[in-house]
Amino acid sequence: MVEVSILCDKVRFEEKSLYEKAQNKGIKSEIVDAKTISVGTYSKKKDFHLGDVILQRCVSYYRGLYVTACLEFLGFKVINRFDVGQICGNKLITSIKLEQNKIPTPKTQFAFSAESGLESIKKTGFPQVLKPIVGSWGRGIYPLRDLETASMIIEMREEDDSPLSRIYYIQEMVDRPTRDIRCIVIGDQAITAIYRHSSESEWRTNVARGGIVELAHITKEMEDLALKAAKAVGGGILGVDMMEDKNRGLVVHEVNNTVEFRGAASVSKVDIPGEIINYGIKVARR
Amino acid sequence: MKSKVECQECGAEISVPEDAVVGEIITCPDCGGEYEITSKIDNNLELKPAERVGEDWGQ
Repeated sequence: MVEVSILCDKVRFEEKSLYEKAQNKGIKSEIVDAKTISVGTYSKKKDFHLGDVILQRCVSYYRGLYVTACLEFLGFKVINRFDVGQICGNKLITSIKLEQNKIPTPKTQFAFSAESGLESIKKTGFPQVLKPIVGSWGRGIYPLRDLETASMIIEMREEDDSPLSRIYYIQEMVDRPTRDIRCIVIGDQAITAIYRHSSESEWRTNVARGGIVELAHITKEMEDLALKAAKAVGGGILGVDMMEDKNRGLVVHEVNNTVEFRGAASVSKVDIPGEIINYGIKVARR
Repeated sequence: MKSKVECQECGAEISVPEDAVVGEIITCPDCGGEYEITSKIDNNLELKPAERVGEDWGQ
């Protein structure tokens, strides 16, 4: 009988619902705290009491990424794989992958000093968006509407301690409605999609920023794009974020590795945790 | 039955839902202090202050 481990560092709605769903299906499962795991180069798989498949659900990106590397090293099957996490957790690498795979994505420039960052912004004009290459929930994302603001934000980034702050990811501000789309892909299926409307006095649409969720019908274009984007990053259980560009149609701007689905579950008729557990079992049996 | 625990910050009483599990975060209704449930045996709970939101948190 297949056993599923839900690996996390914080038990949220998502992890609880995965656990409950596995229990309801009669699947042996357990919630494992990633903070309690330590692995050595000499460690063996048999030293760890983990399932046949591990659903990696850490809220901390780096913790999730590196614990995945260690568990894969020991021979465990982890969803998503380390290489997928590495791509999705980094906006710069994701943009490159999307472009390489001919997936429509917002025009983005990468610069490696404050001077070249500002130069790129000046050359392209306004408005644009400055994003951190690693970061979530819309944190550190700034709209750049004029040169003065851009200079100040870049100066602020230069003062930050993190070396990643000196990598400038500058994206066109897509002309879109006040919403974006999150399409959840599991394996080779786009199972559900939602619109995320930005809340009042907020231009970002993240649910973590108070974004309001509405069920979206999965169109053929949306499905094709979501599946292509998921494949481009290596596949698994993913949240593909898209914007509706008024001129170009859908553009993919992000693919999420540990997809949060509380918002989607509140409006979707699809049993999201159930689908995730089914996929985990399928992977375990491969 | 809900368990009651005392907030380590302000002493207020925090009600913990019956279906709360180890690893879950509970919040003090008075001061907003956040705690992680580290052990749960019957209705006996052990808590520790929850990790602060990290720069790399999120999906």
